[in-house]
Amino acid sequence: MKAIVTVLGKDKVGIMAKVCVYLAEKNVNILDVSQTIIQDYFDMIMIVDVSKLTCSFGDFTDELAELGKQIGLMIKAQREEIFKNMYRV
Amino acid sequence: MISMSEARKTNEMILENNLDVRTITMGINIMDCADSKVEVFCEKVYDKITKKAENLVKTGDEIAREFGIPIVNKRISITPVAIAASACKTDSYVEIAKMLDKAAAEVGINFIGGFSALVQKGITKSDQILIDSIPEALSVTERVCSSINVGSTRSGIDMNAVKQMGALIKKTAYLSREQNSLGCAKFVVFCNAVEDNPFMAGAFHGLGEGDCAINVGISGPGVVRKALEEIHDADFEVLCETIKKTAFKITRAGQLVAKEASKRLGVPFGIIDLSLAPTPVIGDSVAQILETMGLEYVGAPGTTAALAMLNDNVKKGGVMASSYVGGLSGAFIPVSEDYGMIRAVEAKALTLEKLEAMTCVCSVGLDMIAIPGDTSESTISGIIADEMAIGMINNKTTAVRLIPVYGKSAGETVTFGGLLGYAPIMPVNNFDCTVFVNRGGRIPPPIHSFKN
Repeated sequence: MKAIVTVLGKDKVGIMAKVCVYLAEKNVNILDVSQTIIQDYFDMIMIVDVSKLTCSFGDFTDELAELGKQIGLMIKAQREEIFKNMYRV
Repeated sequence: MISMSEARKTNEMILENNLDVRTITMGINIMDCADSKVEVFCEKVYDKITKKAENLVKTGDEIAREFGIPIVNKRISITPVAIAASACKTDSYVEIAKMLDKAAAEVGINFIGGFSALVQKGITKSDQILIDSIPEALSVTERVCSSINVGSTRSGIDMNAVKQMGALIKKTAYLSREQNSLGCAKFVVFCNAVEDNPFMAGAFHGLGEGDCAINVGISGPGVVRKALEEIHDADFEVLCETIKKTAFKITRAGQLVAKEASKRLGVPFGIIDLSLAPTPVIGDSVAQILETMGLEYVGAPGTTAALAMLNDNVKKGGVMASSYVGGLSGAFIPVSEDYGMIRAVEAKALTLEKLEAMTCVCSVGLDMIAIPGDTSESTISGIIADEMAIGMINNKTTAVRLIPVYGKSAGETVTFGGLLGYAPIMPVNNFDCTVFVNRGGRIPPPIHSFKN
């Protein structure tokens, strides 16, 4: 199963590192990354493989959101179906 | 593979344009709870609802968490109580309403619909008990919603019932006067009511439905408005294409949620209701979509045409995205729940008469309109009769949810809170219609040839 991880917020040192360390801890493989800085704002979308996730997907989304709070960002994980369904006929 | 721009776009819709799934509504048949003793009936219904919907809220929240799309409401609709309870030997159904309120609180939902009766051709003893119980039931409960179907294209309009509705609404307003007559916000009068509507206050689980079903109401006026802003002053072809494409995406999100909820709850998927349902949040407004098309305020000349086009193209986009579309499916135009509508009323751009015209081309009808508390029973019945006639003749659903706010007059403002919003009290045409309303009997159904 694939998921989309979105990270949004004011740019600072170590965002990528913190997110990636957490993903590695949970056995999540990163498949693709798109990252830009828009007027000091960090904007990243990752496509990740969560089929070997070591916890439930619900807990994964909650923990990422919590990690986001700690570093002052919004982090969101969503199952990929929502995106596929909305854009493919 | 998903493209990054698509992922960004979806999240923008959710985070900035208030895209959400408005409601997952579980329809539950309670015909198998019939009993001559009202206490036994209540016990059976309570048990069935709390068992069937035990995991409804939890499942809804889980789906919202995993897909990252808010699911605002989890609700229940049941078989119209006037039918299911007709064997009960009692002269009041208020106790049934109290039990439904308790069951709704137990499973954690915010509204339960189906304290209803279908009287388009005649009123049974049970229907009458229900009608007489509504004012008290709505004032002593918090989550119970009620509806009465008084007309249909096949049966005509039961004017005996319409006459009673004026008195019922006034009494409900009086009994809930401490909460700005809020009881009336939980009551709707229908023509051509649908059996699988997931939206309140008019939801009930129809007799043609199975034992249990999951129906989902989508939302997303903010997303449509944003898409239209981006095309600036393009022509109508581009406008329609944009609405269709946006409706497709919104419906697909709803369809995904519905299928997932159906699978996890082990309950068959019923329908997706395509209605664009506004909220009082700025930007999440159907009125603002129409204004984005080029109207200074909703209510200006051109409003009915703009709404007709919006409604039709939402349906065209939506039916492509889901094979099972039902419910009311269109655009809702509630006044108090839509920031743009409220603003238009305050600017005197939007009148009750224009709203009536708008209901000819969109789903439902005169919705969440606060009127002066001293409006007479017969005037309210007259307004209902007009709206029912529009539904009957045009073979569509129409509804009336009026709130004659006790002790307040035109120009004052009333606040209902939450999704129900606030509303300026609209003036009403008070010229007398008492003789017409009091005639009694039934307006016969229309002929369907000679369409003019």
